[in-house]
Amino acid sequence: MKTVSTGVRKKDAMSLVTGKPVYTGDLVPPNALRIKLLRSPHARANIISIDASRAKMVPGVAAVFTWEDMPQSRFTTAGQTWPEPSPYDRLILDRHLRCAGDPVAIVAAETEEIAQRAMRLIKVEYEVLEPLLDFTKALDNPILVHPEDNFRSLCEVGTDAKRNLVSTDSFEVGDVEEELARCEVVLERTYNTVANNQTMMEPFCTYTYLDEYGRLNVVSSTQVPFHVRRILSNALEIPKSQIRVVKPRIGGGFGAKQSAVSEMFPAIVTKLTGRPAYLCYTRQESMANGSPRHQMQMKVRIGADRDGSIRCIDLYALSNAGAYGDHGPTTIGLVGHKSLALYGSLRASRFVCDVVYTNTMGAGAYRGYGATQGIFAVESAVNEMAARLGMDPCVIREKNMVRQGQVMPAYYGEPCNSCTLDKCMERAKEMMGWDKGPTHWTLPNGHLRGRGVAMAMQGSGISGVDIGSVEIRLNDGGFYTMLVGCTDMGTGCDTILAQMAADCLDCSVDDISVRGVDTDQSPYDTGSYASATTYVTGGAVVKACAELRDKIRIEGARLLGVDPQAAQFDGEKVFLPGTDKVMTRSEIGWASYAGGSRQLSATQSNSSPISPPPFMVGMAEVDIDPETGLVRVVDYVGVVDCGTVINTNLARVQTEGGIVQGIGMALLENIQYNDKGRMLNDSLLQYRIPTRLEAGKIRVEFVPSYEPTGPFGAKSIGELVINTPSPAIAEAIRAATGHMFRTLPIRPEDVALAGLEE
Amino acid sequence: MTIKWTLNGARRTDEVEPDETLLHCLRKVGCLSVKCGCETSGCGLCTVWLDGKPVLSCSVPAPRADGREVTTLEGLQAEAAELGAFLADEGAEQCGFCAPGFMMNVLAMARELKTPTEEEIQHYLAGNLCRCSGYQGQLRAIRKYLAKKGGEQA
Amino acid sequence: MYTARNYIKAESLAQAYELNQRRANAIVGGGCWMRMGERMYDTLIDLSALELDQIQDRGEQAALGAMVTLRQLETNFMLDKCFAGLFRKCTEHIVGVQFRNCATLGGSVWSRFGFSDIVTALLALDCQVELAGAGRMSLEDFVKMPRDRDVLAWVYIKKDGRPVAYETARNSETDLPVLTCALSRHEGTYRAVVGARPGGPRVVEDRGWDRLVEKVLALEYGDNMRGSARYRRHLAGVLLKRCKAELEVTGG
Repeated sequence: MKTVSTGVRKKDAMSLVTGKPVYTGDLVPPNALRIKLLRSPHARANIISIDASRAKMVPGVAAVFTWEDMPQSRFTTAGQTWPEPSPYDRLILDRHLRCAGDPVAIVAAETEEIAQRAMRLIKVEYEVLEPLLDFTKALDNPILVHPEDNFRSLCEVGTDAKRNLVSTDSFEVGDVEEELARCEVVLERTYNTVANNQTMMEPFCTYTYLDEYGRLNVVSSTQVPFHVRRILSNALEIPKSQIRVVKPRIGGGFGAKQSAVSEMFPAIVTKLTGRPAYLCYTRQESMANGSPRHQMQMKVRIGADRDGSIRCIDLYALSNAGAYGDHGPTTIGLVGHKSLALYGSLRASRFVCDVVYTNTMGAGAYRGYGATQGIFAVESAVNEMAARLGMDPCVIREKNMVRQGQVMPAYYGEPCNSCTLDKCMERAKEMMGWDKGPTHWTLPNGHLRGRGVAMAMQGSGISGVDIGSVEIRLNDGGFYTMLVGCTDMGTGCDTILAQMAADCLDCSVDDISVRGVDTDQSPYDTGSYASATTYVTGGAVVKACAELRDKIRIEGARLLGVDPQAAQFDGEKVFLPGTDKVMTRSEIGWASYAGGSRQLSATQSNSSPISPPPFMVGMAEVDIDPETGLVRVVDYVGVVDCGTVINTNLARVQTEGGIVQGIGMALLENIQYNDKGRMLNDSLLQYRIPTRLEAGKIRVEFVPSYEPTGPFGAKSIGELVINTPSPAIAEAIRAATGHMFRTLPIRPEDVALAGLEE
Repeated sequence: MTIKWTLNGARRTDEVEPDETLLHCLRKVGCLSVKCGCETSGCGLCTVWLDGKPVLSCSVPAPRADGREVTTLEGLQAEAAELGAFLADEGAEQCGFCAPGFMMNVLAMARELKTPTEEEIQHYLAGNLCRCSGYQGQLRAIRKYLAKKGGEQA
Repeated sequence: MYTARNYIKAESLAQAYELNQRRANAIVGGGCWMRMGERMYDTLIDLSALELDQIQDRGEQAALGAMVTLRQLETNFMLDKCFAGLFRKCTEHIVGVQFRNCATLGGSVWSRFGFSDIVTALLALDCQVELAGAGRMSLEDFVKMPRDRDVLAWVYIKKDGRPVAYETARNSETDLPVLTCALSRHEGTYRAVVGARPGGPRVVEDRGWDRLVEKVLALEYGDNMRGSARYRRHLAGVLLKRCKAELEVTGG
C-alpha cells in the first residue's frame, strides 16, 4: 500500500488538537528562573551607566546581568551553515544600542512577576544618539550603525561596516544596456515593500538547564537546533561539545525561528547561575525585536517588443537589514535569482543589490526569503508591461515563461528539469474562468471587480550547502525508528518523511516511529528552512531505507542460511523464492535484539548540487468598494507544481496558509516606526494579520511535474506559496481601478484617495 | 486570596493573586492546553469557557472565577478528539498552537448555534487567529463535524 | 499588564463608589482593555455581584447595566427589535465572540475611547447614564466630562422608535475602526455622530440634510496609523450618505 501522494494524518495531530502539553512553554522545569529583558527605549544610544543595585535586592531576584558580565566575542544569530554569510555583529548585551528594544539588562528571578518588578528598579543612564532610520540614505551616512572594531565578516560578501554596507552583489547575463536599447518598449518602475512580521502563534521561547554531566541543555522553539548549538557556543564562548539542543513541538516558525532570537538569554543565565532558566518573549517583544522580512526598494527596467516578447530585465534592490545583518547577504540573492529566472525568453538580465544597516529592528528570514519581494517587483513590472502593450497578462506570460528543459541563466545556470508552469497557467485560467470573462467589471452595488495574475518560483534547499541526514533502525517486533535532524514546525515533515520511508520499506506509516530533534541523538541536518526538508532530507530517507532494506535482506538470509543474493525482502518478510524459507521482519527484529545477530540500522546523508524550483500560478479576484477603498480578495486560485505531492492534505494546507499570509502582506501588514525609531504597531491589536474574514475563498490545485533528482520526484512547497498574492492582487486592483500601486501594503486609504485624484 | 470554583467539573479551592489572570491561574493548576499568544486580548489562543461561554482567559481576572464554572480543553477531551479528528483529517491543525483555543470556540459555537451558515461560522470564529492554515481547512473540518453532529441529532 | 494589591467584589454600589474614591483604585469591567495597560493599582473593584449584567425592558426605556457584555448587546432580542439592529451592527466587528463575552458596556462607555463603536452608536439615541454619585445625566454630557472617581451603573435608552443607522470603515473586518458614523432622525431633526476621528465622537444635529453634511465635513479630523485626516473626512461623507440610505430603508 503506497502512502506517498495520499493525505495521511500528521503523526502528532491528535496530541495537538486535544491540547496536550508538547510545546517548550509546557515543559519548563518548575524551578526554572524566569527571565525578563530590560530593553532600550532608544533606537541609538550608548549606555553610560547602569545601577541595578536596587533590583538585585528584591527578594526572589537571582541575578541581574549587564553588558559588563557578557562574553565579548561577536557572533551572528542567523541559523546558517558555517561559515555564515551573515556578519558577526552582535553581543548578547552590548554597551552600544542599535535599535529600540535592544537588550540592556537580563533579570532572572523566581517568578516572572518578581523579574518584572525588579526590572523597573534598574536605573540606566543613556547617551542618546541620533538614529539612522531611512534605509535609502544609509549607505555612506555619517551615522555608523556598527562602528566597533571587533566586527567580523566570515565570507566575502562585500561587507563594509564603515559604509553601513552589510553586503553587495551583482550578476549580469548578456548585455543589458545593449538589449534595452534594442527593445521597442521599455518601462522603468520602482516598487517598495515594508518589513513584515512572521507572527507565528507561539512567540520565541527557550529554557535551559545543566544536566547530570554538567552540560548546557537547551530546549527551544527553533527551526535550526544544530545551528543553535554553534551559535550558543560562539555567544557563550563554551565548546559545542558542552551544549545539547532539543526541539519539542513548535508553534510555527515561517523563518522567524531560523534565527536564534531567544536562546542566548536563558543560556547565559544558566551558565552564570547554574540554575534552569526560561524566557518566553511577549508578543510585543516578538513584534518589536523579532526577525522580520527585509524591507526593500526595487527598481526594475523591463524591455519588450511590441509582440509581447520580454527581452530584458534589469533589477536593482536595496535591502534594509536594520541593526543586525542576520540573513542580509543571503535573502538579497533570491530577489534576483528567483524572479528573473521565471522568464525563459530573456536575452539579457542583470541584478545589482546592496544591503544596508540602519537603526531599525534587525531583520531575518521570512518564508520566501527575498524571492517574495523580487517576485512582487518583477511580476508587477510584467503586468505593467502587458497593460502598456494592451496584452492579456496571462498571454504575455505564456509567451515568455521558463519551460522544462531550458537552462536558467539567472538561476545559477541550473537546468529546469521539471516544470509544469505552463500547465499551471492553463489550469488556473480554467479554474478562474479567465478567458470566459473580462478582467474588470462593475457590480450593481457600485463595487469594482478586478482580476490579476502572477507566477512564482522558489528553490528546494540551498545547492551544495544544505545537508539532511536520517538514521533508521529495525527494532524487536519489526517496527522502525527513524531519527531525523530536520525540524517539524507544524508543517508535518515528521509525517511526510515517514510516508516516504513507509513506501521505501513497503510497510505502513504506523510501523515507523519518528523522533526529532535532539542534537545529541539526531543525525545532522542543517534544519528546516530554504524549503529544504522534503527535497534534501527526503532524499536521505530514500537512501537510508535502500541501505536498510539491503541489510535486512542480507541478515535475514544469513539467519535463514540461504544465499543473500538469491533472497528477497518484500517489506514483510525475507524469503528464498521457490522454497519455504521465510523469516518475517518481526522475527528478524527479534533476532537482532539477541546474541548471534546485530542491530540493523542505516544512516545516510543527502545534499544536492542543484535546487530545483517549484513553480506556481496565482490568480486573484478582488472586490473593491471604490468609496472606502476597501479591497477584499473574494476568490484566489493557486495552481502549484511542487513535483510529486507527498502529502496531499498538508501540501494543500501549506498552499492555503501561504496565500493568506501573502494576502496579509499585500493588503494589511505594515511595520511602522515613529520618528525616534520605535515600532508603532508592535501588537496584534495594531499589526493586523488576516483573520478568517479576510481570507476569502481559496482554491488550490496541483499539476505535479516529476523532479528526477528529488525523492519520489518531489520538490518543495513551503515558501513558494507566499509569493504570488502581492503581485496578483496589485494587478487585480490595477485592472479594476486603473491605478497601479507599487508600494505594499495597498491600504484602503491609498485606493480611495487615488480614486479621488481622477 | 482564595477562590472556590469549579474547574472541568471538579470543585476546588485555589489561592490566586489579586492581579492574576485566569490564563495564568489555569496554567498554574496544570491546564496547559490554554495558551498565551498576545497581550492585547486579540488572538483567541487562551479561549476557555466561563459558565459555558467562551471568554479570553488572558483578560478575565482570576478572582472573578470565584463561584463560577471554568472549562478548558482538558475537561472536553472526548469532544476534542471527535472534532479534532476532522481537523487532523484535513491536516489543518498544522503547528497546533492555536488549536485548543480554536476548539473551545468551535465547541461553544456548536452549542450556541444550531445550524450555522458559513457566514455565521466565520463571524463566530473571527477572534481565533491562525497563521499556518489560511483557515480553509478549518472550515472544511467544521462543516464535516457539524454535518456529523446534525446527522446524529436527526 | 496591570498590577494590583487587592481585589474586592463589591457588595453594594455604595461600597464600590466609596472604594473608588481612592485614586489608586479602579473598577475592573471586562478586563480586556485594562490588561493592555501597565498601571499599578491598589484595589480593583469588581461589580459583578451587583446584578448589573441585566438588560431590562422598562416600557418606555431600555435599562442596560454596566456589566452587560458586548455579546449580550449583540444578541439581545428586545434591543434588536427596538433599535433596528443597531447593537448588532456596532458590536459585531469588535475582535471576536470571546472578547465580546468579556468586554462590558460599562467599560466601553466609561473609557470614552475615541474609537468606541458603542459610544458612537449610543449617542445617536436618547441616552442617559446613571452614576453612583452624580446620578442621572445625558450620555452626551457624560462623554464630555473628564473621567472622575464616580461609578457608572446603568445606561438608559429611550425607546422613542426613531430610525437609526450605523456604519464604520475598517482596514480589516475586526480591526479598530478608521471612522465610525451613526445617524438617527427624531421629530424631523437629523442627529449624526462621528467617532474615531481619531478623537472622541462628535454629535451634529440639523433639520436640513445638506447643512448636516456640511457640519459633519467641517468637524476636526486627524491622522493616526489607520488613516489620515483627509481620508477620514472623505469617509465621513461616504458613511453619512450610507447611513441616510439605511434610514430611508428602515422607514426614516
